Amino acid sequence: MAPVATPFFFYLLSAIMLIGGIAVITRKNPVHSALALIVTLLAQASIYLMLYAPFVAGVQIILYAGGIMVLFLFVIMLVSIERSMKERQFNSQWVVGMIAATALGGLFIAVYTKGKSIFPDHALSVVEDNNTQEVAKLLYGQYMFAFEIASLLLLVAIIGAVVMAKKRI
Amino acid sequence: MLAARNSGLVPDMETMLHITTLHYLVLGAALFLLGVIGVLTRRNVVIVLMSIELILNAVNLNLVAFSRLWGGVHGQVFAIFIITDAAAEAAVGLGILIAFFRNKETVNIDEVNLLKW
Repeated sequence: MAPVATPFFFYLLSAIMLIGGIAVITRKNPVHSALALIVTLLAQASIYLMLYAPFVAGVQIILYAGGIMVLFLFVIMLVSIERSMKERQFNSQWVVGMIAATALGGLFIAVYTKGKSIFPDHALSVVEDNNTQEVAKLLYGQYMFAFEIASLLLLVAIIGAVVMAKKRI
Repeated sequence: MLAARNSGLVPDMETMLHITTLHYLVLGAALFLLGVIGVLTRRNVVIVLMSIELILNAVNLNLVAFSRLWGGVHGQVFAIFIITDAAAEAAVGLGILIAFFRNKETVNIDEVNLLKW
């Protein structure tokens, strides 16, 4: 199936992502930041769909927007936000932080304008309808060891989170 | 095809209308920059953790864009591992935040200064 109106969707979704990202870092209320991050993650899942990665888009919506952000919202409600909203929002070294971020942005601009020509512009003939099967072939084949290590990492994270949040160990 | 008639900083209409890999990479770089600004300038720990999630998402976008460019799904598998790792790290980070809040009744990282000399 040929893609339709790709520039329109790309610019619309990237505008939603960037506005959501700016809302995450500037809002005073952490609940607003979390909701803006959910919008950013959903727009990013749509960009994954544009990049012919439907499995990663599904994982992003279910795990990231539906799991991690719900965890963030639970913890925001456990921690009192009334007092933190009345205080100063930006810390005392924000000037140095902005200078460092500007330097990083200049580095990115330099890299992407000088190195524009190393990315070939051809359209690959990618098989479009077996994405989940291809991901499964790699995940359970070549990257099986990394898969097992990832499950071990999740076990350690569960134990760690429970121990950190207990009142008396 | 991307013959730049200027110094390359200002895109012309043809570059803007044909979406290549570079567009996705620049979008990922912009998201990364927003996450870095959030980590460096905010006082609230929850928002710092959410900016870290923005940084991880920018890296994921780069990986999936390159996976589309070169064929094969290796980049997508790596992106799935990064999402798994982000879940684990968010859980542990929020556990630490809850323990910290139970001790000091505040969520400002400026007040974590007991070890300051």
